[in-house]
Amino acid sequence: MSKLNLDPVLVRQARDLARQAAEPVVEMARTHSTVSVERAVLRLAGLSGADDDGMPWVNRLVDAVREQTGLEHGVALPVFDALVTGGYPDLRTLAMDVAAGRVKFRLPAGTEALTAREAALRYDSAGIRRIDARRAERDRLLSEIGDPPKPWIYLIVATGDIHEDIPQAQAAAREGADIIAVIRSTGQSLLDYVPEGATREGYAGTYATQENFRLMRAALDETSRELGRYVRLTNYASGLCMPEIATLAGLERLDMMLNDCMYGIIFRDINPVRTFIDQRFSRQVHARAGIIINTGEDNYLTTADAVDAAHTVVVSQLLNERFGKEAGLADWQLGLGHAFEIDPAVPDSFLLELAHAQLVREIFPDAPLKYMPPTKHMSGNVFAGYLLDAFFNLCGMITDQSIILIGMMTEGIHTPFLSDRDLALENVRYVRSAAGRLGESFVPAADGFVASRAREVLGESIALLGRIVDQGLLNAIADGTFGVTRRPPTGGRGLEGVFERAPEYFNPAAEVLEA
Amino acid sequence: MSVVRPYGDTTGDGRVQVSFTLPVPFGTETERAVAEGAALQLAAKMGLDPAMVVHAKGMGPSFTFFVVYGRVSHVVDLSLVKVEEREYPVLSGAEVNLRIRSSLGRKLVVVGACIGTDAHTVGIDAILNVKGHAGEKGLEYYREIRVVNMGSQVAVPDLVARAAAERADAVLVSQVVTQRDAHLNNTREMARAFGAAFGGARPLLIVGGPRFDPSAAVDLGVDRIFGRGTTPGDVASYLVHVLAPGDIPDAGPAGPTGSEEDVA
Repeated sequence: MSKLNLDPVLVRQARDLARQAAEPVVEMARTHSTVSVERAVLRLAGLSGADDDGMPWVNRLVDAVREQTGLEHGVALPVFDALVTGGYPDLRTLAMDVAAGRVKFRLPAGTEALTAREAALRYDSAGIRRIDARRAERDRLLSEIGDPPKPWIYLIVATGDIHEDIPQAQAAAREGADIIAVIRSTGQSLLDYVPEGATREGYAGTYATQENFRLMRAALDETSRELGRYVRLTNYASGLCMPEIATLAGLERLDMMLNDCMYGIIFRDINPVRTFIDQRFSRQVHARAGIIINTGEDNYLTTADAVDAAHTVVVSQLLNERFGKEAGLADWQLGLGHAFEIDPAVPDSFLLELAHAQLVREIFPDAPLKYMPPTKHMSGNVFAGYLLDAFFNLCGMITDQSIILIGMMTEGIHTPFLSDRDLALENVRYVRSAAGRLGESFVPAADGFVASRAREVLGESIALLGRIVDQGLLNAIADGTFGVTRRPPTGGRGLEGVFERAPEYFNPAAEVLEA
Repeated sequence: MSVVRPYGDTTGDGRVQVSFTLPVPFGTETERAVAEGAALQLAAKMGLDPAMVVHAKGMGPSFTFFVVYGRVSHVVDLSLVKVEEREYPVLSGAEVNLRIRSSLGRKLVVVGACIGTDAHTVGIDAILNVKGHAGEKGLEYYREIRVVNMGSQVAVPDLVARAAAERADAVLVSQVVTQRDAHLNNTREMARAFGAAFGGARPLLIVGGPRFDPSAAVDLGVDRIFGRGTTPGDVASYLVHVLAPGDIPDAGPAGPTGSEEDVA
């Protein structure tokens, strides 16, 4: 039932436009691949580790194949041909020989191609079965230990040192966090490789590595048992290595991943074509792993005005939904993002926030929406900030948001103190206990300010989607439609890692995932 | 009046409020008494006398949070306050854009890179990328600044060539790696190369990194060094100060967030 008196025909129209806008980009992703997709194929086949310089073996192999035979047919055929014909016991041994210059790759044909194909499918199927097993393990733990009720409380740790992050994350969970997010080291999204091993040094965050994932998940499993509720773990896929990080997340049973179809383009100047291809494969892996994605629409509101740009959030959510569904994600896996970022000096700012939050709730009734607290207008006046966070929590409760990131009154001042976090949790506990059931009684007047504003934003979203369909999504991005930032399809990082698939292109992981 | 005290509700009452956490438990009655006593002892050492713990709360098994009010015994002598002057005023995003428009009449062009073998683009990206750093948007976000970010491991000759091709007004270089003074050697090499290629008409050369001595600019042959904690706004304000001089708008305090609202 719509509390906002939304016309279901308009909502369907918006979805339909999003599908049309996405289609050419999906087609591009179906006909192209990237170095990171190919590296993910090798990771799924079980190749991990790095050479003495810290360069992952998957990078060494993909680079070598690219140099010798080209990648248009995919990395799998040449690599598994070399593995089989060279009699190597595993991919690591092959990679070491490649690094020593002892391997000559070729594109196999005939029965040799068939043999290589079968080997590749065997290896990647085994990797995907490992992901399946981790998903089954999560389901078992959720039913054994217990799944906390929504809204889930989401807290961040970010020391740069995984061995410091762990006790902090465990403490945060004991203090009430249902979800722990380990913020990544600044700039990791721009690395075209995934670092290896447990790391103790990061900039404003901790590197996303397979070993760090494993260590943190193991620690939270322990804490989950202690607390009698399963504490979810989140990390970040967006960036130049989306497909690989998604793979590692699936292998190490992460529960949620930041994965936005456009974040890297807009905020990290990663090439749009690269991003759209990478996000598709990464989401196919997330879909298989039972991971909930979190999208990054909150970021638009930190660059653009939160009132003027409200409809760009909805448009981006519809696009994220479309790309996600096309990649196989279910509604329950779409943690679409938005934020409470309207300038508190704007009259009726709370009513506007309510309108936007309720609109998103009604357009995506089954999605675990992720609601982000104020950051832009947290002024350093910690007392006013605490009040603003309370209003944010209240809006989240009234509009039934699913994942609530806890706002810190010291946002933008420093890494939260222990006491900042404790006060923030006290804030949300008070609002939840005092007004947690307010939603059922909150029915805005059909033609009142809140409902009218929501319908206005929906109308603006449809108009913008229409323009994007006419113009083409890549052109719209080039034009600065999202986040007030212009990103042409030929610009940005990582374009050199994109290639068109040959007609005989073979990707064993995609074959299994798309079967 | 040159000597003042904090003001609570009466001139000269010296009343202040502080909050802090001590790593002490707040469970049993004895623990609570010890915790409050510890808070009062700290308050006294901070110059609060008398002091009153108005709130104490245990956080987990081994920490306690306190809110304390008290009368501070110190006085402030205004005549002894020294204000560190930076050579340029910090402007809001809108002011930066306005100054470039009115003084240059075209976009200000910045070319950025990490030179040598340095692959740490963290610093340069925090200054240049839209995402920015600590809630402040990067230079890309300024409408009147055109940013060319060449990324990492850029060779000096490539940087010089690109700066010429783009008609750069300023070149920003980030250096994190300091092994065998790589940051200093790379910077000197870059400064020499720009001097050789451009003579006196070279672009403004700015380096940044956590290990630079900010006063070593002249010695290294560059115009300005930025150290740890630099924000995009600092860099933008400096660029405008040097490259787009003009009347400094009567910059009433913009407030801590005033710079963010209308940059675009």
